[in-house]
Amino acid sequence: MTIDLNKNGQALTVKLTGRLDTATSPDLDKIISEELDDITELTFDIHALEYTSSAGLRVFLKAQKLMNSKGSMKITGAIQSVYEIFEMTGFDEIMNIEQ
Amino acid sequence: MPNSLVIEATQGNLHTVIDFIDEELEALDCPMKAQTQIDLCAEEIFINIASYAYPDGNGMAEIAVEPVDSGVAITFIDSGMPYNPLEKADPDITLDAESRAIGGLGIFIVKKVMDKAEYAYEDGKNKLKLTKMFK
Repeated sequence: MTIDLNKNGQALTVKLTGRLDTATSPDLDKIISEELDDITELTFDIHALEYTSSAGLRVFLKAQKLMNSKGSMKITGAIQSVYEIFEMTGFDEIMNIEQ
Repeated sequence: MPNSLVIEATQGNLHTVIDFIDEELEALDCPMKAQTQIDLCAEEIFINIASYAYPDGNGMAEIAVEPVDSGVAITFIDSGMPYNPLEKADPDITLDAESRAIGGLGIFIVKKVMDKAEYAYEDGKNKLKLTKMFK
């Protein structure tokens, strides 16, 4: 998986490409822990994300909890199979996720 | 006869396991969507075994892939502590983000995605058989 960061003032876009799984989710977790200090608007661009396991969902949930206290978060570009995982787990109800 | 992979149950071997399963599924003409769902479940189960089955060190896991009438059955076998993951309570997926626990979703996903999940403890081994129909 590759992670591209694009910061614009207090807005951060995190673009994910590849597979978000047990092996790669710690990389994203590190970014959530280190890069969000002054961020009020967080966007995950996941149109090139092929797959996420529950390890990836955990990181999205952690990010959502952080952003709830200080701004907004959205996930954009989910492909069908990834969107279905968000739906199945009810994450589509607690996060702003666009296909 | 199923095709089997026997491998040390470590997180680092996840991709070897997924590659093995994908190769088997491709040989069975499994559609992409079902393959993605099976990969998802295989990750949850293998990582569970790698993380919890052998608290005193590392042990082995066997992954057996077997064609069944209208799909595939994948059995995960380990010699670790007896543990039936299917008994784990489902997380409440209606809670708001603040109340959600981080974790506990893996087995829930497996139950949702697979058509059948059967657990047995036999001969000192955990055996979890997951069946997915795709034809």
